[in-house]
Amino acid sequence: MIFLAMKAGHGEVLIAEGDLEDPEQERALIAAFRAQLDLGMWAAVPLEQPGGRRAAELVHRFEDVPRDAERVIFFPRAAGGC
Amino acid sequence: MLTLEQLEREQRAEERAARLLRSCINQEEWAMYEAFGLIRVWARAQGSAPASTGSGPTHGYLIYAHKPLVGFLAGSLALVGEFCVAFGGERLPPSDDVLAKWLALRGDERALIASANVDPIGRQTDPARVRRDLERLAGWEAERPR
Repeated sequence: MIFLAMKAGHGEVLIAEGDLEDPEQERALIAAFRAQLDLGMWAAVPLEQPGGRRAAELVHRFEDVPRDAERVIFFPRAAGGC
Repeated sequence: MLTLEQLEREQRAEERAARLLRSCINQEEWAMYEAFGLIRVWARAQGSAPASTGSGPTHGYLIYAHKPLVGFLAGSLALVGEFCVAFGGERLPPSDDVLAKWLALRGDERALIASANVDPIGRQTDPARVRRDLERLAGWEAERPR
């Protein structure tokens, strides 16, 4: 599983990568996940549904990330703008 | 005024963002983005076109980079409002802005719309242009092989 974060002026940045089957790597992913949320980021998991349709799920806890997810994308929390 | 180096950096960032966007969205949404610079997202029905009977999505959104989301009704295509959202203090590359809107709409439409400043149509977008975009999309879809 990899964690990507959108970054202004750069595009996405790889912030963490690990194997959930390895407890130490899973702990590191959990810490990285929490750190991003503490920074005010939203976390989304891109999904491929039956039939190949693309979807996404916003997740608020690491436990909600599907175990087989390949990527979690972090992006700044939405706020009223324009 | 940006320097050449800054322009090149922004171009590289946008290329990276476009690759990420393409890897996340549906093939026809990518084709739509390439053709028109926007993505249409139907609410509730996860990207399927509105059904002619009552079970289809009631509304949809047009996603433009660094512009408000534009909401419209599925049947009549009447424009309902501009939903202004920003992601962080610094400006994301255009395709990252589009992807952030797409992920948030797909993932939690309510949370995104609740965070938005809502304005009447015409505050920041040209209603005539948006209607034209919807018409062009309909024509483009009718011509696309299924």
